[in-house]
Amino acid sequence: MIEVTNLHKSFNGVEVLKGISTTFEKGKTNLIIGQSGSGKTVFIKCLLGLFNYEEGSIAYDGKIFSNLTEDQKRDLRAEIGMVFQGSALFDSMTIEENVMFPLRMFTKQSKSEMQDRVDFVLKRVNLENAHKKMPSEASGGMQKRVAIARAIVNKPKYLFCDEPNSGLDPKTAIVIDNLIQEITDEYQIITVINSHDMNSVMEIGEKIVFLKDGYKAWEGSKDTIFKTDNQVVTDFVYSSELMKKVRQMYIEEKS
Amino acid sequence: MAYLHNIGAYFLMVVEMFRKPTKWSVMKKLIFKDIDDLIIGSLGIIAFISFFVGGVITIQTALNISNPLIPKYLVGFATRQSVILEFAPTFTSVIMAGKVGSFITSSIGTMRVTEQIDALEVMGINSLNYLVFPKTVALMLYPFAIAIGMFLGILGGMAACIYGGFSSLDDYILGIQTDFIPFHITYAFIKTFVFAFVLATIPSFYGYYMKGGALEVGKASTTAFVWTSVVIILLNYVLTDMLLS
Repeated sequence: MIEVTNLHKSFNGVEVLKGISTTFEKGKTNLIIGQSGSGKTVFIKCLLGLFNYEEGSIAYDGKIFSNLTEDQKRDLRAEIGMVFQGSALFDSMTIEENVMFPLRMFTKQSKSEMQDRVDFVLKRVNLENAHKKMPSEASGGMQKRVAIARAIVNKPKYLFCDEPNSGLDPKTAIVIDNLIQEITDEYQIITVINSHDMNSVMEIGEKIVFLKDGYKAWEGSKDTIFKTDNQVVTDFVYSSELMKKVRQMYIEEKS
Repeated sequence: MAYLHNIGAYFLMVVEMFRKPTKWSVMKKLIFKDIDDLIIGSLGIIAFISFFVGGVITIQTALNISNPLIPKYLVGFATRQSVILEFAPTFTSVIMAGKVGSFITSSIGTMRVTEQIDALEVMGINSLNYLVFPKTVALMLYPFAIAIGMFLGILGGMAACIYGGFSSLDDYILGIQTDFIPFHITYAFIKTFVFAFVLATIPSFYGYYMKGGALEVGKASTTAFVWTSVVIILLNYVLTDMLLS
């Protein structure tokens, strides 16, 4: 479990995270949602230790991150998989080399063992024939799937995804969402996804943390988000005409 | 204050670069790749510039010697001294600050912009060791490139001397052998090693700590070139004062 307690983070005196507390459980897809500028990316970068924070604590299975030495932090990070918003694939390596990279860095596996594992995860993300392509030759959806393959290749305990659907068409976005959820369930890992995509919320939001101006404004799941009366959440969720109609249908169905 | 902050951050980066080393099997490949990019890839421009600048030094020296009492072999002597002491180690390094330095800053800066450095850090990899250390090791071969530059500079001088009719081949060869002090070669290579370290680390610093997007990558490359050149020129003065005076 990842336990976040009273997290505060400022930039040049401007407080961006204002006392966020929450927990992320094993085997669940946890979504952090909110408008642009609400502090989602800062929050996820604090979780990953890429940003230092002024107050509060983050505990990974009981180990408080800020109390760890630099070497212990690096060891913990070896158990973390991350899918970046722009995929962050190493552009000097082929897709196969990108996926093999964590294995080369952190395991003592033989070349054939690594190759087998890479073949397996690339097949898992439906990229069986892309081994020798360079990232620049892959489409946005393919790059995201390679990033997911790279994130899971070393069997991480924690998977973080920063807006995995940004820049993707709705159909590909759903494929990526489902893939993340399947992997979370299959490997029983803790997955934290940063998103403002309502489709993702409805598809995979087993736990949802809603951020507004650096505060945690609401916490629930895809089942409870429709029922909430929290004005901040409803303003966000029902900002599109489509979602307004969905809610209307939901209310009519309920009555 | 910003300058002091940058100097402090630079030395912390240098220390961090040696911590938590990357696996040798991975590092070895990175070093060979950087040798190819930074050293082998620079040989052409170093050879071209050295040959023609050697020729120019010879022509200018010859044209400025009008007194018949000054021996003709002085042209070869002056070319050798200029090329070995200053042109090959120092001015080639300033040129390399533009070529190699901007390549290093822009490649690391682009990795910063596209979150590739964050990806390394999240994986638990010491990104400074992974990115900067192999470049520093690769550039330790820089003196070999400079040795080629020295040879071609003197060869270029010889070609200009003979084809320009400024002195005979025998005079030129006599000149480059006259009053030869082996320590001058040592001095030149000491400078080259120091400049190689500067060429690897200052552009890396500006690339690694840059913030922003593509425009800032360009600005960081320019800043890196300026500061690398300034530090090379300053260290050239300090080392010359220490080693030759």
